[in-house]
Amino acid sequence: MSELKLMKGNEALAEAAIRAGVDAYFGYPITPQSEVIEYLMTERPEERTGMVVLQAESEIAAINMVYGAASTGKMVMTSSSSPGISLKLEGISYLAGAELPAVIVNVVRGGPGLGTIQPSQADYFQSVKGGGHGDYKLYVLAPASVQEMADFIEDAFDIAFKYRAPVLILSDGLIGQMMEKVVLKDQKERMTDEELIEKYDSWAATGKTNRKRNIITSLDLESEKMEKRVHRLMAKYERMEKEDMRYEKIACDDAEYLIVAYGSSARISQKAIELARAKGIKVGLLRPITLFPYPKQPLFELADQVKGILSVELNAGQMVEDVKLAVEHKVPVEHFGRTGGIIHTPEEVLEALEQKIINNERIGHYKTRESSIL
Amino acid sequence: MNVLDIIKPENQVFCKTKLMTDTTLSYCPGCGHGTAHNLTMEVIDEMGIVADTIGVAPVGCSVLAYDFMNIDITQAAHGRAPAVATAIARCWPDKYVFTYQGDGDLAAIGTAETIHTCNRGENIVIIFVNNGIYGMTGGQMAPTTLEGMQSSTSPYGRDSKTMGMPIKMTELVANLPGVYYATRQSVHTHKHARKAKKAIRKAFENTRLKQGVSFIEIVSNCNSGWKMTPLEANEWMEEHMFAYFPLGDIKVNGKLK
Ligand SMILES: Cc1ncc(C[n+]2csc(CCOP(=O)(O)OP(=O)(O)O)c2C)c(N)n1
Ligand code: SF4
Ligand SMILES: [Mg+2]
Repeated sequence: MSELKLMKGNEALAEAAIRAGVDAYFGYPITPQSEVIEYLMTERPEERTGMVVLQAESEIAAINMVYGAASTGKMVMTSSSSPGISLKLEGISYLAGAELPAVIVNVVRGGPGLGTIQPSQADYFQSVKGGGHGDYKLYVLAPASVQEMADFIEDAFDIAFKYRAPVLILSDGLIGQMMEKVVLKDQKERMTDEELIEKYDSWAATGKTNRKRNIITSLDLESEKMEKRVHRLMAKYERMEKEDMRYEKIACDDAEYLIVAYGSSARISQKAIELARAKGIKVGLLRPITLFPYPKQPLFELADQVKGILSVELNAGQMVEDVKLAVEHKVPVEHFGRTGGIIHTPEEVLEALEQKIINNERIGHYKTRESSIL
Repeated sequence: MNVLDIIKPENQVFCKTKLMTDTTLSYCPGCGHGTAHNLTMEVIDEMGIVADTIGVAPVGCSVLAYDFMNIDITQAAHGRAPAVATAIARCWPDKYVFTYQGDGDLAAIGTAETIHTCNRGENIVIIFVNNGIYGMTGGQMAPTTLEGMQSSTSPYGRDSKTMGMPIKMTELVANLPGVYYATRQSVHTHKHARKAKKAIRKAFENTRLKQGVSFIEIVSNCNSGWKMTPLEANEWMEEHMFAYFPLGDIKVNGKLK
């Protein structure tokens, strides 16, 4: 039976992982996501479902444990926060190269360096522009509520196994730490070893039976073969763009201005558009749910309708570049964001919208240019 | 007696290791890696455990172990094989999981993973090929490079004042309770190879009995990196490597020798 609970985002994610039938979790403590491993350790998942939970000696060890379990077809995940994710990047690149399914959770804090333990969205570039070395991408899900922290676990594993690729859940300290009500799904049975071997016998390294040996590697010393591997990865990412891009439009039908925001910034911006509408300013919100694949087409289309776009992020200006790429200079695009762990208020967002977009004289310029083209 | 009589199975005294593929080894002539591969595969074959064995290859000359070992195998990032093996052993407690690692892999970049995997007493076999150098990348200094020994990054010889003394990993990990068996072997003569094989067999038997880590160091050569002929390398190894890294058991059945 599904269950309604009041939970922290990090705890909801951990509980959802147990209920989704995840086989293993490997992690290393770091604020603001230590509740994930603390919750798992307290819940004794090895007794509840047989799930393996291990505190590794470092994030590097943890991600390589993920690589090991994923090599054998297990549903495996790890979680960390920004500095820890930086350490995991070599392993994440290996997961992508070796085409292994796995889920990584980043409950982002401010940086660079040790930065701050307060919430941030400053790992956007790291998450969607590679991060680790080589030609690869991560499928990136951005939860904006405690409910989505729970729901995205299963969604992430579905994608990870559909494409045999690592998936990132990009959360932040606000979503991870805040408490909200959450509906938890029923307990799913973990796959038995026999079922797993039958299902993934074509690739998983579970012991060589009467078949060809299964090799997990990201290495191809022959350039032609390596290029083929890269092309195979690129084909996956193209398919993700076609089949699995996700976004949400809020109050966009009559919008004259648009805010683009994900995760906690989307929550705050939702309030900001209410404030704006109370003042008679028609603002809509486009919330990318997947940061890769990015909702380029919906943005491109909305750019024909609105006069200007504000990208609201808890960073110094990262996603704004993708918004600009998507709208192809049809309308002015500006960024607003606080850093250092400061969370912008809805009032600040509205003020930024008014200053940077509504009163932006370039808006007139763009419109004239458009009419001169017509 | 004709040829066909001679090659009858009952007359056979030697054959290619069954679990080795037909792929030509990429190792330099005289290199110990090939023999260490053979012995490991022979043990797995003789124990009849191939369907339950998962190998973990390192980054180093033996990165291509998966081309030669006809088993299921996963290739880990440089130094991280023990972490990879940890997860496999935890998720598949009845499988035989082993890592095969060089000295740069195990004793430099992967030191933390080595120590903590040993400390947790993961039920795995670690085969550690110590050739005192980074073979794969062209002969740079390893943590195991002997004092005074030249390498491309210690061209005037390893100076212990600035570069430290070579690290004795097997002695180090033997002191951890999670390690059940720690031994140092070599594979450069038939006699030594036979002993090493016995040690590898013992290690996999320990896995069967879920005894924790079995750690097998194989002191080996790298004639290319050492800039010697294979014969010179073996002589040099006997004289210098064995003096600093003495062969023999260090811990057996959980007890230090
Ligand atoms: C993160 C990372 N750093 C460095 C390297 C380059 N590298 C590849 S193999 C190697 C040393 C291997 O030496 P060893 O483990 O002793 O193996 P051998 O080749 O001697 O058998 C190095 C430094 C790498 N592949 N990855
Ligand atoms: S470089 Fe050294 S370790 Fe590598 S194959 Fe040649 S002899 Fe063996
Ligand atoms: Mg070496």
